[in-house]
Amino acid sequence: MLLGPAVLFGASSAASSGTEAYLIRGATVHTMAGRDIENGSVLIRDGKIVGVGKNLSAPKDVKVIEAKGLQVYPGMIDAGTEIGLVEVNAVRETQDMNEIGRFNPQLVALTAVNPSSEHIPVTRVNGITSVATMPQGQLISGQVSLIHLDGWTTDEMGIKARAALHMRMPFLQIGGGRRFVPDDEPGGGSIGGSNYSEARRNFEKQVADLNDFFESARRYKLAKQAHAPDFREDLKLDSMIPVIDGIEPILVTAIREREIRDAIAFADSQKVKIILCEAPEAYKVIREIKAHDIPVILGPVFALPMDEDDPYDRAFTTAADLDKAGIRFAFASLSGGASLASRNLPYQAAQAVAFGLPHDDALKALTRNAAEIWGVANQIGTIEEGKLADLIVTDGDPLESRTQVRNVFIRGKLVDLNNRQKELYEKYLNRP
Amino acid sequence: MKSYLTLALFFVSPLLAADAPVLIQNANILTVTKGTVKGSILLENGKIAAIADKVPAPAGAVIVDASGKYVMPGIIDCHSHIMIEAVNEGSVSVSSMVGISDVLNPEDIAIYRALAGGVTTANILHGSANAIGGKTLVMKLRWGKSAEEMKFQGAMPGIKFALGENPKRAGNVTGPGAQAGGRYPATRMGVEDVIREAFNDATVYKASWDAYTAKVARGETAIPPARDLRLEPLVEVLEGKRLVHAHCYRQDEILMLLRIADDYGFKIRTLQHVLEGYKVAKEIAAHGAGASTFSDWWAYKMEAQDAIPYNAAIMVRKGVLVSLNSDDGELMRHLDKEAAKTMKYGGLSETEALSLITINPAKQLMIDNRVGSLEVGKDADVLLYDGHPLSNLSKVLKVWIDGHEYFDRDRDLQERNSREISKKALIEKQTSEQKRQSPPAGPITRAQGGPSL
Repeated sequence: MLLGPAVLFGASSAASSGTEAYLIRGATVHTMAGRDIENGSVLIRDGKIVGVGKNLSAPKDVKVIEAKGLQVYPGMIDAGTEIGLVEVNAVRETQDMNEIGRFNPQLVALTAVNPSSEHIPVTRVNGITSVATMPQGQLISGQVSLIHLDGWTTDEMGIKARAALHMRMPFLQIGGGRRFVPDDEPGGGSIGGSNYSEARRNFEKQVADLNDFFESARRYKLAKQAHAPDFREDLKLDSMIPVIDGIEPILVTAIREREIRDAIAFADSQKVKIILCEAPEAYKVIREIKAHDIPVILGPVFALPMDEDDPYDRAFTTAADLDKAGIRFAFASLSGGASLASRNLPYQAAQAVAFGLPHDDALKALTRNAAEIWGVANQIGTIEEGKLADLIVTDGDPLESRTQVRNVFIRGKLVDLNNRQKELYEKYLNRP
Repeated sequence: MKSYLTLALFFVSPLLAADAPVLIQNANILTVTKGTVKGSILLENGKIAAIADKVPAPAGAVIVDASGKYVMPGIIDCHSHIMIEAVNEGSVSVSSMVGISDVLNPEDIAIYRALAGGVTTANILHGSANAIGGKTLVMKLRWGKSAEEMKFQGAMPGIKFALGENPKRAGNVTGPGAQAGGRYPATRMGVEDVIREAFNDATVYKASWDAYTAKVARGETAIPPARDLRLEPLVEVLEGKRLVHAHCYRQDEILMLLRIADDYGFKIRTLQHVLEGYKVAKEIAAHGAGASTFSDWWAYKMEAQDAIPYNAAIMVRKGVLVSLNSDDGELMRHLDKEAAKTMKYGGLSETEALSLITINPAKQLMIDNRVGSLEVGKDADVLLYDGHPLSNLSKVLKVWIDGHEYFDRDRDLQERNSREISKKALIEKQTSEQKRQSPPAGPITRAQGGPSL
């Protein structure tokens, strides 16, 4: 087992005591903020990066990690997942992504993140140090939270509790005999219909209700500002204020070309800031996405083409298409069962490289771009002085499966690389 | 509409004529069973004719320069549900009378997509709704040919078994199965019982036929027993003429099935998924069962909770014949990448990792005399990569099956334009015919009063 220094220093999963200091020495440092530094060092103190360069000397109190021949990268960021919100996909009791109702801007993912979830240690050993974890559902499902994959409590894990409002763009769906479910039942407000006109009617109702909801939020804000005598606080509408003010972005899940176009039109008409999410057909709307400078959190690269007659590599090349157009994008594991795929995020990026995305741009998408899109680039995403020390030490390219991650730092703390899967491995490998 | 487009794709496939010999030169040839050769490989008359540093080009040979590129055997997926129109006959717990052969769709685009990911042979199985499912088939992905022509001639037929959560789900009295009558079994105990009852019946049925054939052999007058299409495949299992591929997860159910097999005197050929195989690798190896698992799937259901990505490596180390399978039309396209993970999780060597998707599944399906490695005399099922197949940054460039080129990335890229043109023409034709037959009912546009956003 290549636990190496992690074992040496007896790291625990405890949060930083605030006095830990490390010098990683002799590595190739991929800062993602300029050139790689050969034979470089990174000095970490009190959770932050306090030095990056060629010939940093080791202060007396630091623990030195000799990393000759090794690589240092910023910790990778899964820009969209369900980590912490689900343990076993098929077991309802372990799911906390889907709330009842169509308009839930007051719900915050971080509230339900389970810091003891086994998905956390299993994912971070592959070099993923933070994720955007998101509620799922119809229309407005809640607040996406950006979290670190380490911490005793949700408070310690949280980077940004309200990073974006997650919204599912309404779409026309004609399901095989699906009935319309009343709003207050599970899956309520389902957009499907048993025939075209019913589906169309339902779709139009979703759109109208969505616009009404934003309109209500605007009126609510005015009433609040005016200190109207009959003003009563409303948690839902209150959560909408930063959104309608254009401060907090909306993460809009939009699958088909039409949904993407609708999302852009919606952002225009409502004058809100959006981030496109999943967007497998973003390649069809490149010009408009670029013109509106909308970032994209791209769904799985390992995905089947949407249509039977799409090229076999359609999902493999979308990242390269966005990159070529200069659209900012990040990778996300997303979709059903995402948390079990999160650890494979770098391999999804690798597939995009195999099909045309420049290698450096893939690494950027996994680190810097994700931090920028989530509005936390001042804290994470690159190896620069003053940033949180979220970084990984590897024996090779993190995009390759055979590469081993030797050390993971989260907020300057060397995290435990053990997990239940490794324990089961050791236990049963040694079964007599 | 869809079928029009499929046909269009179908017709641009190369016309099938006798294939010229193919000489791939300057390649890194990963034979899997005989090390790596830097040099040439010759495909002739459907077989691998030569592998050496230098191979003279036969007259009329197509020369492929593979400088800096890699060649490996076609990938074999031991568990797939592509190219079938029906997966589960879920109304009964023992559905051994049904067969994959009856539901094959040779135009399933999943075939081409899997081919583009390097898969040349696949074990096509029923789903896992029933303790005893249907009759399985091994297929070669000869895209463009008929279902019959895709069958792997000479491969042993198989049968699907399933244990655990899936077969008991239909019997769940509180679940959706309740509406369907809550069919037996609803527990792992019941799953064992269903299989034992079926083999009891099969044993009696076999005895009736044995008695009949003995009488006939002795020249006595005898009335043949009534044929039982449900029990016939199980008799073939008892006689070792049909391979059992059993879907399973937990160690208890794995051992349960091995005990049944021992009691009735047959073998389990492969344990499929077998996510807790690492816990009972010793017992699996002792029985002689193969294990076909996922690289790293877990957490999707309760019985996958103890799944670990080290499963394949532990089982390999404990002497089990292991393969990696897809069970999924998407995963099927990157089994090479799945194999690479076993180097990370458990430290398998490159050759061991590649074996998991080539020679090992070939052995499990008992077709290793034909496929699974690059050896002279074997079927010319060959992949050309632009880099090492175990690198996540590499991709498949060409795929040959029986020496015929079924996939070529360059050709695929070139044909995209013409495909787009024929697609547009077909759509236009359809639209104009619709217009002629009925008043306009075209797509909704904003101008026609679509919702404003």
